[in-house]
Amino acid sequence: MSRKPISETSEWTFELIEKYHQEIQRIARDFGLDTYPVQLEIITAEQMMDAYASVGMPIGYTHWSFGKEFVKNEGQYKRGQMGLAYEIVINSDPCIAYLMEENSMTMQALVIAHAAYGHNSFFKNNYLFKTWTSADAIIDYLLFAKNYIAKCEERYGEEQVEAILDSCHALKNFGVDRYKRPAQLSMAEERERQQEREEYLQSQVNQLWRTVPAKEQQTDDLIKETCFPEEPEENILYFIEKNAPLLEPWQREIVRIVRKIAQYFYPQRQTQVMNEGWATFWHYTILNQLYDEGLVTDGFIIEFLQSHTNVVYQPAFDSPYYSGINPYALGFAMMTDIRRICENPTDEDKHWFPDIAGSDWLKTMHFAMQNFKDESFISQYLSPKVIRDFKLFSVLDDDREKDIEVTSIHNEINYQYIRQSLSEQYNLGSIEPNIQVFNVNRSGDRSLILRHTQFNRMPLDKSAAEVMKHVRRLWGFDVYLETVSENGSVVQVFECGSSGLFTF
Amino acid sequence: MSRIVDRRLNGKNKSAVNRQKFIRRFRNQIKKAVADAIAERSVTDLDKSEKVSIPTKDTSEPFFHHGEGGQRERIHPGNKEFQQGDRFPRPKGGAKGRGKQASDSGEGLDDFIFELTREEFLEFFFEDLELPNLVKTKLATINETKKVRAGHTSEGVPSNINIIRSLRGAMGRRIALRAPYNNRLKQAEAELETLLKQHDKSHAVVKVLEEEIEQLKKKIKRIPFIDTFDLRYDNRIDQPKPTTQAVMFCIMDVSGSMGYQEKDMAKRFFMLLYLFLTRTYEKIQVVFISHHTVASEVDEQTFFYSRETGGTVVSSALELTSKIIQERFPTSEWNIYAAQASDGDNWDNDSVACRKIMTERIMPYVQYYAYIEITEDRHQNLWQEYLSLKSDWGNFAMQRIEQIVDIYPVFRKLFQKQSE
Repeated sequence: MSRKPISETSEWTFELIEKYHQEIQRIARDFGLDTYPVQLEIITAEQMMDAYASVGMPIGYTHWSFGKEFVKNEGQYKRGQMGLAYEIVINSDPCIAYLMEENSMTMQALVIAHAAYGHNSFFKNNYLFKTWTSADAIIDYLLFAKNYIAKCEERYGEEQVEAILDSCHALKNFGVDRYKRPAQLSMAEERERQQEREEYLQSQVNQLWRTVPAKEQQTDDLIKETCFPEEPEENILYFIEKNAPLLEPWQREIVRIVRKIAQYFYPQRQTQVMNEGWATFWHYTILNQLYDEGLVTDGFIIEFLQSHTNVVYQPAFDSPYYSGINPYALGFAMMTDIRRICENPTDEDKHWFPDIAGSDWLKTMHFAMQNFKDESFISQYLSPKVIRDFKLFSVLDDDREKDIEVTSIHNEINYQYIRQSLSEQYNLGSIEPNIQVFNVNRSGDRSLILRHTQFNRMPLDKSAAEVMKHVRRLWGFDVYLETVSENGSVVQVFECGSSGLFTF
Repeated sequence: MSRIVDRRLNGKNKSAVNRQKFIRRFRNQIKKAVADAIAERSVTDLDKSEKVSIPTKDTSEPFFHHGEGGQRERIHPGNKEFQQGDRFPRPKGGAKGRGKQASDSGEGLDDFIFELTREEFLEFFFEDLELPNLVKTKLATINETKKVRAGHTSEGVPSNINIIRSLRGAMGRRIALRAPYNNRLKQAEAELETLLKQHDKSHAVVKVLEEEIEQLKKKIKRIPFIDTFDLRYDNRIDQPKPTTQAVMFCIMDVSGSMGYQEKDMAKRFFMLLYLFLTRTYEKIQVVFISHHTVASEVDEQTFFYSRETGGTVVSSALELTSKIIQERFPTSEWNIYAAQASDGDNWDNDSVACRKIMTERIMPYVQYYAYIEITEDRHQNLWQEYLSLKSDWGNFAMQRIEQIVDIYPVFRKLFQKQSE
């Protein structure tokens, strides 16, 4: 099947983008990729840096940290230390993908296949995104957030707002529900309910901290006996929003905005390898299909392969360029390997993957994409072949030992071990310290106690003391952070009170 | 199903607000960086952007994360010769693969480096000098324009009428409007001639024709010689004023009594004057004259950083200045500015000589002469002599400077003159 190539030169035009897009869309549909409608936006390099700085949010509220991000990127870009990533894609409906005007036609086609079809179908179908994000409402919500915060700046002063945002940002990784399904976002409802919520929230807080001596005897006893919250709360920002005694209603709303946005990005942090692997697999498959059909030239495919190879390059641990495992490389290798296992299984594959060896590769890959996150995806699908190809090995670093130890390498007996450790490496639950709201001293000094439960004896970084200042700012009274070892004894306490910061 | 949107024309400065917020937050650090930059920059090199570095720990945003220690296992790629059970001493600076994490925690030693734009840089520079806003805008923008010719228009003020163009237009119009009547006239006259051969002069046909000819001639006459429609005006548009050249003399006492502090203040003063001049003139030359007991023309490096000892004879510098003006900078071609910085110390008898040179050979030729005395002691004899100059010459300004903020008042006068 040989046809005339769509274009011969590397220049792009709107007509060409449209043509390439139609072909890519056709192939994507043939492969069963189910996506949100696509909106391609042509932007300049400066606009790309804007998009960078706002962590990919198309509309963001203003804060100095975004400015910092911007000047950093701008400087590096101008000095030529950094090329701009060729894709930013927004998990929204329609799915927005940015095309940079400086790019060649090949790169535009690559981005369309990668972002507008790869990531897009992932956003629409992966269970985490389906559960935790509402693609149709996010833009509206961001707009609401931007306007609300701008209004607060006007009314209460930029410094006040900045202070609250600083504190919320420090805790944003602890502003997510890991298990509960959050309510859907919708700007119209948000606005309607916001006023109502402000009043209601405040009344709840008032209830909690009521000091009117009605039935004094009884309540006092009750409080002394029970912990508050009854169960430890993992979502610290949520707890603060609902219970901090001194926050103004607008401050609560800002806490809410930060945690809602953190929640929206939470699935992305858990599916890096899968998401990039999936998108990379599809740009590779779709563009090669274009080539096979004779729709693109040799020059096109060579330019494409060059950038593709750069993207999936994995430097070895001893290379100066090494900075951990490249999620594009690992994801792409695993996705490609699933297809191989389905189409050409070896005896080893049949032994390790009896369910999928020889099955329909498209169905199997879609199933894998829909139902896993990095941690479970690796523990389910990392094959001995990929382990061998990457020459993976594990190193145990125990501060009680003088030396570090190679605990496994890529050989027969260790595949399972490596698979398990690598999976664990992507478990946010063990990467991030486990810190929860443990108790509030309601009858006494209203202090807040956070509890850090240690995992593998890993201590908190000493910057935790700085974070505690932020917790105190939000809570308004003394805050404590206890580190509890695995056997249940308190090993370290950070205290942040009105008189300063102590560690003991 | 799909849309392609061209966003390139949307504003690109979405991050401008965030950038401003960032800069406001780190005001103090940036201010210090700007101050350091000024010390390093050349006088003529002020009008540029500047790289600023801030310690990373100040700009980092803290969050809860694990520190070093405990027990952790990491998977790495690219095994070459390791076997299970191999043991190695722990690499310095954290275990393998944690390099990235360590810098994320904001404890890396690298500074956070970014670039201030020219405007932002000047903003900080001005802030130190406590310039009023009006002056800041004056310095930061170029708004002087000059009218230049740009073709012709059909509308304008009477004084701009272009007579030749207007009359040429009128003539064309007249020719064009006359054409149909002229044709008919010629025809009628020819007919008349033939008629006259056949008929008597008083014949009715001849009369009719003669009347028509009369009518045509009247019509032709009625076409106006000039009409508002014909008027053309010279068009003039605003163009940034073509600036002329200026020379700036920096005169400084480098005798032992001028320390680093004093020189730094003088440098800022010279910088400000230079910056002011760049707003007004396209081409500026700077002449550095340093003196102790003898004066010499030096390069900038020597000017600010060499250290001489010995006494002070100010007149030597003034002599040299006057000589250079006469030899190289005729006032017909150059606007001359001079700024002199000194601690006021001078040989007793010399100050009188200074006044004489100033009055006779310098003040008549310069646009502006600024003298700053950088000292905390009481005024020296040179000050007294200069005081009398001040009353005689409107373009002479003098100021005692103890701190950087004192520099501005010297300029006030200059700017007042400009805004008149």
